[in-house]
Amino acid sequence: MSAAILIVAEHDGSTLATGTAKCVACAATVAQAQITVVVCASDAAAVARQAADLQGVHRVLTVEHPVHAHPLAAAIAPQIAALAAPYTHVFGPSSTFGKDLMPRIAALLETAQVSDIMAVESPRRFRRPIYAGNAIVTVEIPEDAKVVGTVRTASFPAAGTGGTARIEKVAAPAEPPPHTRFVSSTAAKSDRPDLQTAARVISGGRALGSAEAFQMLYRLADKLGAAVGASRAAVDAGYAPNELQVGQTGKIIAPELYVAIGISGAIQHLTGIKDARTIVAINKDPQAPIFEVADLGLVGDLFEIVPQIEKLL
Amino acid sequence: MMKRIVVGIKRVVDYNVRIRVKPDGSGVALDGVKMSVNPFDEIALEEAIRIKERGLAEEVVVASVGPADCQAQLRTCLAMGADRALHVHSDTPTEPLTTARILLKLIEREQPFLVLLGKQAIDDDNGQTGQMLAALWQRPQATFASKIALAEGKAQVTREVDAGLETLEVDLPAVVTADLRLNEPRYVKLPEIMKAKKKPLETLSVESLGIAPRVHLRTVRVDPPPQRQKGMCVENAAELVAALKAKGLLAS
Ligand SMILES: Cc1cc2nc3c(=O)[nH]c(=O)nc-3n(C[C@H](O)[C@H](O)[C@H](O)COP(=O)(O)OP(=O)(O)OC[C@H]3O[C@@H](n4cnc5c(N)ncnc54)[C@H](O)[C@@H]3O)c2cc1C
Ligand SMILES: Cc1cc2nc3c(=O)[nH]c(=O)nc-3n(C[C@H](O)[C@H](O)[C@H](O)COP(=O)(O)OP(=O)(O)OC[C@H]3O[C@@H](n4cnc5c(N)ncnc54)[C@H](O)[C@@H]3O)c2cc1C
Repeated sequence: MSAAILIVAEHDGSTLATGTAKCVACAATVAQAQITVVVCASDAAAVARQAADLQGVHRVLTVEHPVHAHPLAAAIAPQIAALAAPYTHVFGPSSTFGKDLMPRIAALLETAQVSDIMAVESPRRFRRPIYAGNAIVTVEIPEDAKVVGTVRTASFPAAGTGGTARIEKVAAPAEPPPHTRFVSSTAAKSDRPDLQTAARVISGGRALGSAEAFQMLYRLADKLGAAVGASRAAVDAGYAPNELQVGQTGKIIAPELYVAIGISGAIQHLTGIKDARTIVAINKDPQAPIFEVADLGLVGDLFEIVPQIEKLL
Repeated sequence: MMKRIVVGIKRVVDYNVRIRVKPDGSGVALDGVKMSVNPFDEIALEEAIRIKERGLAEEVVVASVGPADCQAQLRTCLAMGADRALHVHSDTPTEPLTTARILLKLIEREQPFLVLLGKQAIDDDNGQTGQMLAALWQRPQATFASKIALAEGKAQVTREVDAGLETLEVDLPAVVTADLRLNEPRYVKLPEIMKAKKKPLETLSVESLGIAPRVHLRTVRVDPPPQRQKGMCVENAAELVAALKAKGLLAS
């Protein structure tokens, strides 16, 4: 039996987020998948073109409504639920967008959700992490139920481009509820690489001691073309903004190189970097748990070591 | 009508415990492991108590679905400052959709103006219950909250999203799920623990709420995650940079 998979696109009104390309890659590992991407937007044209360009996508649906200028789960969920009937699977990325939206869709469809899919074993069998990634559970959904899932983006490469899917406009099937309104967002536009997709990440912990000291990491990151990350302790202390947090309750990332500076390596932090190719740790405590997972470790004072590295680059 | 807040509480393995996967792959070894209130639920409860302390709510009701043992966590919540506890007895774990259906029954009974949950339970890490509850209740949701400002009939909620912070306005009643930076929960003092023993804790059965738990997900097996190999140590910055260059990790 073939699988008809509907993927909910994440975008900012003009650009399709990489998470969507990763959902497509995940969906493509389901046997005989027919993949449709749905774009809910106030003006969907640009994003729909990008989705149609993804390899493996068969069709792109656009649902236009002024309320979709902002990604409100309460407004998008009824549209997707109304469109879902012909599909066997509905997927979204495991970003804050998808985590907010997908369970609302699942409940409207009266079905369970598989959160953070990291591997597809069969069209109805998936692997996902539990206990902050300290165990991996394999779950199965019965034949008669729709599969709603979020895709753990760090587990999949982005689908390539060069596809030729057709784009179809559909009339908004549901009238969004008026009870939820967008007020504002402080999306920090940065010239640096995006933490979630960067090939290299320089991350700092509580040991940095101040926002000023964090500037040292930004300089190092700029030299390496890297993104900057942080531990929860560093974010809580105000040394770094919340969107830089890496870990169980922050971002789950899979860079080629992750450099942990003054980070102890708590399990909640390590959850976020399990898929990093190479982990480097700089810490003055040789017993720090980060060294248990580091490929390369350097014991010493970061305030001496980081400036030295900067000079050597 | 009493201005009431309902807070969802889940009993979970304490976040400091290093869990072990059972060798037969049937699950995680939970015997004798320390259990606690899910950390995000503690934050949700702290927020509810603060709202009440500001005079914006009259009663805080905590609700938990789980085995008899979860009454211990509900007592902790009463000691923190909740007024009343509801325990819905279930010896088998409930899926988020079932939990949401149960919580909805309690909400229909209690008529809260605000429902606070954690953004995720740190055992199953599903992060679904709040959103499912909001959908079934046909009410707004504001997930991953780091700030809640209440006004007449409305709430402005600041959310921690991937790009930074986002603020939504929702009509009440609504479901809000707590993120880490919403507040820092208070410590429970001994006299409060004594007093909490006298606070009301009502036990209900899932059946009495008219709910037949449905199982949508079958657990096939549980495996330990792949282990990373311990690497090597270098002596100084120069060696580190040389090692990274050798691995081709510094080339642009
Ligand atoms: C429910 C829950 C969710 C959580 N989610 C996350 C999450 O998503 N992400 C996350 O990161 N944490 C998370 N945490 C917090 C986590 O448990 C740790 O508290 C946190 O990661 C510690 O941050 P840290 O390593 O920066 O600080 P610390 O643990 O204090 O470590 C600082 C390290 O710096 C070293 N150091 C000190 N001075 C120097 C120096 N001069 N030079 C070199 N090294 C030095 C020390 O040896 C130490 O190892 C969560 C906790 C809970 C309860
Ligand atoms: C031994 C064991 C075996 C399990 N086996 C299975 C299985 O076979 N299949 C399966 O699908 N699941 C299984 N589970 C998971 C169990 O069903 C989960 O409790 C359920 O999936 C809820 O998900 P979550 O806790 O991740 O909820 P989340 O959606 O992450 O929770 C978010 C918030 O909802 C509220 N909340 C969640 N649960 C409750 C509750 N019980 N009472 C009150 N408020 C609550 C809390 O405020 C919480 O912070 C098992 C769990 C255990 C301990």
